[in-house]
Amino acid sequence: MIPEIGHFALILALCVAVVQGILPIYGAAVGNSALMAVAKPAARGQFLLVLTAFGCLAYAFAEKDFSVLYVAATSNSQLPLHYRLAAIWGAHEGSLLLWTLILTIWMFAVTLFSTHLPESTRSRILGVMGLVSIGFLLFMLTVSNPFERLIPAAAEGRDLNPLLQDPGMVIHPPMLYMGYVGFSVAFAFAIAALLGGNLDAAWARWSRPWTTVAWCFLTVGIAMGSGWAYYELGWGGWWFWDPVENASFMPWLAGTALVHSLAVTDKRGGFKVWTVLLAIMAFSLSLLGTFLVRSGVLTSVHAFATDPKRGMFILAFLAIVIGGSLALYAWRAPRVGLGGSFASVSREGMLLANNVLLVAAMGSVLLGTLYPLFLDALDLGKISVGPPYFDSVFVPLMAPAIFLMGIGPLAQWKKASLPDLAKRLKWAFGVSVVTAITLPIVMGNWTPLLSLGLLLAIWILTTGLVSLRERLTHVAGNNLMERLASVPRSYWGMQVAHCGIAVFIVGVTMVKGFETEKDVRMNVGETATIGDYMFRFDGAQDVVGPNYTAARGNFSVSRDGRETTVLYPEKRRYTAQNQIMTEAAIDPGLLRDLYVSLGEPLDDGAWSVRLYHKPFVDWIWGGCFIMALGGVLAISDRRYRIAWRREEPAVSASTRAARRKVA
Amino acid sequence: MNRFLLPLSIFIVVVVFLGIGLKLNPREIPSPLVGKAAPDFSQPQLFEPTKVFSPGDMKGKVWLLNFWASWCSGCKTEHPVLMDLAKSGEVPIYGMDYKDQRDEAMTWLSRWGNPYPVVGVDDAGRVGINYGVYGVPETYVIDKQGVIRYKQIGPLDPDTVEKKIIPLVKQLEAQ
Repeated sequence: MIPEIGHFALILALCVAVVQGILPIYGAAVGNSALMAVAKPAARGQFLLVLTAFGCLAYAFAEKDFSVLYVAATSNSQLPLHYRLAAIWGAHEGSLLLWTLILTIWMFAVTLFSTHLPESTRSRILGVMGLVSIGFLLFMLTVSNPFERLIPAAAEGRDLNPLLQDPGMVIHPPMLYMGYVGFSVAFAFAIAALLGGNLDAAWARWSRPWTTVAWCFLTVGIAMGSGWAYYELGWGGWWFWDPVENASFMPWLAGTALVHSLAVTDKRGGFKVWTVLLAIMAFSLSLLGTFLVRSGVLTSVHAFATDPKRGMFILAFLAIVIGGSLALYAWRAPRVGLGGSFASVSREGMLLANNVLLVAAMGSVLLGTLYPLFLDALDLGKISVGPPYFDSVFVPLMAPAIFLMGIGPLAQWKKASLPDLAKRLKWAFGVSVVTAITLPIVMGNWTPLLSLGLLLAIWILTTGLVSLRERLTHVAGNNLMERLASVPRSYWGMQVAHCGIAVFIVGVTMVKGFETEKDVRMNVGETATIGDYMFRFDGAQDVVGPNYTAARGNFSVSRDGRETTVLYPEKRRYTAQNQIMTEAAIDPGLLRDLYVSLGEPLDDGAWSVRLYHKPFVDWIWGGCFIMALGGVLAISDRRYRIAWRREEPAVSASTRAARRKVA
Repeated sequence: MNRFLLPLSIFIVVVVFLGIGLKLNPREIPSPLVGKAAPDFSQPQLFEPTKVFSPGDMKGKVWLLNFWASWCSGCKTEHPVLMDLAKSGEVPIYGMDYKDQRDEAMTWLSRWGNPYPVVGVDDAGRVGINYGVYGVPETYVIDKQGVIRYKQIGPLDPDTVEKKIIPLVKQLEAQ
């Protein structure tokens, strides 16, 4: 009964979405405020309906209702409750439901925080989001219904893929989807502006916080996915350039460009057309990414072909949404105008150069990701584009972008002087170059890439300090603390996010340059040394988990004769699917991780063991979280708080009209 | 042309390709090499670089030649299938490590298991060119006379092994 309620709620949500997608947009076009007023209640109603459907599916998982096909396929009676709930987004159908739920959450948020928008803009935004939601609801109801029954019911579920049975997997997809779908708001703003023909600075000001929030979620989501790969896949890598990762990275690159481009549109009124295109791109790539991952078109071509209806639906949906918005862009954008002019050496110029580099990087990732598919389509066979391609195109594109990142915040708007910039930055440059060359020599391993990485990281930090010092001389305040406090938070947000990049680069560079790994055969009581650490293998015991059995190794780690920690890596066998998983044991630290994973059991209780010493690896994810923190600081800026507060006593259109009459 | 149409045009090209991709089964591609003698080579072996590996050593045997690399994700997908096939003893699988780093290849094999009695090293990709390798993984079935009988582009899956490779190998061995 409960699954049928969920199914019915989805059908109702589709009806509401159709109304929400058509009436308000039409109303805005003809200036009918009764039709426009439909948008808000429709969006809220749709949110409640999708939430109900999601709750019903959650209930089916919690109650182990194996008469629901999706529940039987992705969970098991032995699976603990938190993983049963995470299993909702463990496969295709449920992920779509989560996607739709998050879309309606964003819609609901727009209805809450849009009282300061003109009514026509708000109804267009909600209308566009309603149209996107029609596609997803229709997709679920026609070919990917999560509530489909299995009659007779299965006695036991097939269990969730053991790779996904991990705390990181509980939170990673919702974070990522919050980011992906969050770009739908910026997208809807852009489409609404194209429809209404009012691409002005106010439009950029409204879009900015939404885009930044989505970008923060996406940053954290990607970092968590990467962290998950690091400790769950058992071979110590943190980024593999596989299609699934690229699918999340492409919207991030476009979104990063969008965040910067919006700043220019907001502050200077420039880049309008470019900003609109980036907003469309960021969300289009989110859609493309979701589908590439969900349809399995790249990782396994067969998954796409086995259900041709699903593939066709996906393609048609992509063609309509992305094709439609790009056609609208081609039609309306020429009339937008270019905004203020600027010299090539200016803050605008540098932001534009950075944007182009980010988009070029995104394009090369897209090409690398789709290339195997292109060759497939052209009858040229199936290939795999590996990290060598991505590493060799990505570093040369990102290095100049990061160099510009240091200069940009110091350059004046409109026109900057190169000699002046050189004078202000000469110390930062000198310090960066000298440190970047000497530090690796001091650490005993000089390579060009190591120096380049350190150079970029130190460059970001030193230019950041120069910028902060200049900023402090310009703000009011008697002492340093007062001055620091009067620097706006949006500025701090930018600096913190940029520092996050520096921290990230340090992590990547140090891991690449100094990591050590060892594959050894270890008998009980034997020791192996890696870095300054000595690992002693004290044997492996059998342990039993809720839905797996495992061999758990016991390693005591010591440094200079003193015990540092004890690590327990596991080799698990999940009973339902008879699948073997490696659970690495990690001793994390600010300056290094120690990482042990079990290979294969050998004779006499010996094991093949992999040991890693990974310096600074946690800085990679730390950097991402610092970037996201910068985003949070930026949106907590005073001007947004004032804007929200001023609008808080929600002034309805009628009272406003009444007031006008009184006046 | 209007520059504002450019994004739309790029997108249309992508959609056309995605559309064609939907209709095709990319693994059934005839190769011009099928039915011809396997190109000769003489490459150093991965584990014993002083020894060479050459198709001449395999005269009178039916065998598989599998191009792979440690950087290739499709090879990881295919790997359990190769391990099962090697264990079954139906046919020997010889590896060709394609455009790869020697130490990474060896680590990869010791990490995941080694289905190959011998692995040749094709670091420059010359053997790959002679065999018309589009990308890894690719697998060739070669008969007793050294003639290529079948070419698999992309990862082998259990279905293909069971329905195509093993029947073909049995038929070739009976000849």
